[in-house]
Amino acid sequence: MNLGSLVIPVLLAGVAVYGLGKRVDVYAALTHGAEEGLSVLLRIVPALVGLLTAVSMFRASGAMEWLSGWVAPVLELLGIPPETAPLMLVRPVSGNGALAVASDLMASHGPDSYIGRVAAVMLGSTETTFYTIAVYFGSAGITKTRHTVPAALTADLAGFAAAALAVRVFFRGG
Amino acid sequence: MEVAWIWTGMVTLSLIFGLLSGNLDAVASAALDGARSAVELSLSMAGVLCLWSGVMEIMNACGLSAGLARLFRPILRRLLPNACRDEETLAAVSANVSANLLGLGNAATPLGIRAARRMARGCGGTASDELCRLVVLNTASIQLIPATIASVRSAAGCAAPFDILPAVWLASVLSVAAGLSAAWLLSRGGRAR
Repeated sequence: MNLGSLVIPVLLAGVAVYGLGKRVDVYAALTHGAEEGLSVLLRIVPALVGLLTAVSMFRASGAMEWLSGWVAPVLELLGIPPETAPLMLVRPVSGNGALAVASDLMASHGPDSYIGRVAAVMLGSTETTFYTIAVYFGSAGITKTRHTVPAALTADLAGFAAAALAVRVFFRGG
Repeated sequence: MEVAWIWTGMVTLSLIFGLLSGNLDAVASAALDGARSAVELSLSMAGVLCLWSGVMEIMNACGLSAGLARLFRPILRRLLPNACRDEETLAAVSANVSANLLGLGNAATPLGIRAARRMARGCGGTASDELCRLVVLNTASIQLIPATIASVRSAAGCAAPFDILPAVWLASVLSVAAGLSAAWLLSRGGRAR
């Protein structure tokens, strides 16, 4: 038995038992949350259709290879696989775009390949930086953002390099 | 609007590259394949995404996010000492962080905005060091269970979509640390000038 197989059943049962202990209607909460998940999905489907169309054209035309080859030397220096270059470019601007690029990488390289895993970890350890900055400062009435953008982009770049590093650490030889 | 530029750029570049390389047939069929695979992907993501959104909702209803918020108060008091003198800002920030940790983006953003608005009062449109820090913290993802990513992985045929969790956590911690260090260095540099 794989130890990882324990995580999902234990988490599901644990959360349910703990919730019932606290007199929470866990089933109602579960279905309510699932409904929320469905509305998230409905919101991203139109964006995914547009973006996966573009991503898949981009790859078929050879433009993706050209782009990756162009930035490859810099990325190799940071230990990042150059195939993920399009993901890194889209990530700070569009969350759904990043999801589309990452799912394309997972489909073409396999979800358990080095590149597929790095793409997933990159998605998980970074955010839609420019959107977040715009929302926060826009609603707070801030026009002079000072060092926020360079600091946030540093976090993104560090996240990308760390994603490649972390996959190498946790999935050695995989 | 940025996405409109990216999308147009990608489609136009694809056309140009397709013409130059003679791959235009492949580009044309890739466009249709992409649109079809987007819907297939969404459908195969749906189950896992809904399940984990449900589990997160249970955790939230059990008071787990309130517990997490309490856990983070001491750290936040250090990170944002001025803002956290105001009890209501501290409450909003810690709820923002715990919602981010649970991956409840819809809940996290309004809380973070409430905190940001309180922190921006009386600073005349210029972000304070602490406000920059709060925004950097929110632009670096700090999710415990990235449900969307797990659902994309399982849609791609992965048997153990959560096996990347330790790697995600490590990368998130390093990314947050790098962002906060950069903010600290840049704010000092800005003052020295």
